[in-house]
Amino acid sequence: MALLQLAEPGQSAAPHEHRLAVGIDLGTTHSLVATVRHSLPECLPGEQCGILLPSIVRYLADGSVQVGREAAEHQATDSQNTIVSVKRFMGRGLADVEAGASKQYDFVDADGMVRINTVAGVKSPVEVSAEILKVLRQRAESRLGGELVGAVITVPAYFDDAQRQATKDAARLAGLNVLRLLNEPTAAAIAYGLDNETEGTYAVFDLGGGTFDFSVLKLSRGVFEVLATSGDAALGGDDFDQALAMWLREQGGASDLPPEDSRAVLVECRRVKEALSRASAEQAHVTLSDGRELCASVTREQFEALTAKLVAKTLTPVRKALRDAHLDVEDVKGVVLVGGATRMPQIRAAVEQHFGREPLTDIDPDKVVAIGAAIQANVLAGNRRDEDDWLLLDVIPLSLGIETMGGLVEKIVTRNSTIPTAKAQEFTTYKDGQTAMAIHVVQGERELVRDCRSLARFELRGIPPMAAGAARIRVTFQVDADGLLSVSARETGSGVEASITVKPSYGLSDDEIAGMLRAGFDHADADMRMRALREQQVEAQRMIEAVQSALAVDGDLLDAAECQAIHAALNELTALNAGDDARQIKTALDAMNKLTETFAARRMDKTIRAALAGQKVDDLKV
Amino acid sequence: MAVTLSESAAKHVANFLARRGKGVGVRLGVKTSGCSGMAYKLEYADEADAADVVFESHGVKVLVDPKSLPYIDGTELDFVREGLNEGFKFNNPNVKDQCGCGESFNV
Repeated sequence: MALLQLAEPGQSAAPHEHRLAVGIDLGTTHSLVATVRHSLPECLPGEQCGILLPSIVRYLADGSVQVGREAAEHQATDSQNTIVSVKRFMGRGLADVEAGASKQYDFVDADGMVRINTVAGVKSPVEVSAEILKVLRQRAESRLGGELVGAVITVPAYFDDAQRQATKDAARLAGLNVLRLLNEPTAAAIAYGLDNETEGTYAVFDLGGGTFDFSVLKLSRGVFEVLATSGDAALGGDDFDQALAMWLREQGGASDLPPEDSRAVLVECRRVKEALSRASAEQAHVTLSDGRELCASVTREQFEALTAKLVAKTLTPVRKALRDAHLDVEDVKGVVLVGGATRMPQIRAAVEQHFGREPLTDIDPDKVVAIGAAIQANVLAGNRRDEDDWLLLDVIPLSLGIETMGGLVEKIVTRNSTIPTAKAQEFTTYKDGQTAMAIHVVQGERELVRDCRSLARFELRGIPPMAAGAARIRVTFQVDADGLLSVSARETGSGVEASITVKPSYGLSDDEIAGMLRAGFDHADADMRMRALREQQVEAQRMIEAVQSALAVDGDLLDAAECQAIHAALNELTALNAGDDARQIKTALDAMNKLTETFAARRMDKTIRAALAGQKVDDLKV
Repeated sequence: MAVTLSESAAKHVANFLARRGKGVGVRLGVKTSGCSGMAYKLEYADEADAADVVFESHGVKVLVDPKSLPYIDGTELDFVREGLNEGFKFNNPNVKDQCGCGESFNV
């Protein structure tokens, strides 16, 4: 069976209705995907590697594509065909790109957006991004065991329309339905639940591998507005690695190194940098290709001194954004840290000092944007319909439903659902050619209509005649914020519609509601048996009517003995169906099914013969 | 009879409750649904209702409303892995037949 998840109270999904949705942080250096499971957000790891997928795509001559770690290994040896930081090219023209530093690719000018000439042909940044998104989509679908209904993808707050459109196109190319593009700083704020506050101004400090973004957000009535953004497109954690590497090479007198040694030193410096976020000193050690050893002990103080200029560099855009937004640091209610580089203690200290308050750091800064996007995706996919947009909650005291065949109640809005709410369910016709349906709206916890309270009745007319079960009638219950219930029914094929409005709580005192609830509990067992009986009776009645109409049309297909046997069985089933023994009805029903098997087969043969009569075999389209 | 959690299910529920930061236990129940009769309810419980039947399994409180109990009495909730996917599964002895995926059932 399908595996279930823990839901928030009152939010269990109807069968087949839990929608799989993800949030994707499509980053310059790394990308990741997150979702909400068991009502908790989490990032999804790949099959072998971890949660972070390097945003690197390599095109091979045979047309195949490598993404992530595998592609990263060829970054140096096959740089022309290994695309890194493709996000910088999204929605950009050749002039924009060439103004920047990256000249390692064979760019091709094209209408609107630059293209990259690779061994596998000319690729647009949209296609390259789509390769990354495809990997994340497959990762999510295998982890969640199903197809995604959609994704929320994050983009920098400063992305213009062309860049946003390019991101959307990439998602579509990867087979993802974009529920919404979300600004990265907004996603980070949502991850911290800041949208649950009523209002306030927040700052998001995002120092990634190669870029720095600072944004000021204003929250009012649960909606974030970006007041100002600033940043440095060439400042990130990698610069801290570089600074340490320069120092290490100076120390060892190794200023002139071949590229592979430079890279080895960088990799080691990155490790030392990360270690220094936890420890106060760390040993750096690299063996160079000529056998020399580069060795040094680095203390946190030394590292901080080496990178003080870089830390100071982050504060310039911070001041600028606050100035643009006409705000002082005291106006900022909270600062969210995003990006792996904000793990460095000197960054945290600088932010704390500048804003005079401790930044928010509880959520892993690598994951915070993806987590916010996942929370948003979960809401947009409809998994948490109510609650989110409404601070003031009210609940429905008793379940609301409609009468179905056999005098049974089908509950559509369950007790304790928060209002406003809207729930829909599909029903169908019971008889061939049925053109109208009576809708009886009831309230209560019991299984039988006679034990519940009748609220309203109306009819849906003008259903086109169809075989029983072919019509699809969608009944929608809507309870607005004032507790006003409107029920509408619509035949989806023809569009015929009817509706009614009632106020369900009208005339019921608290005592009466409590009494109806108690009755529901007290009669749980009896109700369960009664529901089983009624369902069986409805099934039997349907069978009786079907056999009777078949006899009327095709009775001549049976010989006298067969005809007599079926009539006898019909009478027995009718008699039993008037009683209250569900088991006996079931036995008689099964017997009837068996008895009429040959009859049904003959009727089928007759229909086929009629359809084929007078046709040549050659004319038949099979 | 009772409603219980397997050891693995209890471990995961306790872990989820801790990460969520609130809740007294887990609520199991049923509701009627369109396609094949009944559907399961599996939710965090923030408070016990006066009418709830409360079980305890491997240290985790299991709450069942009295209307649901006849449908799921004897059920063991399990936590299982299917490929890379994982989640909870109702092992319900009352089930007579269920729809293809088992999300809804008949008793």
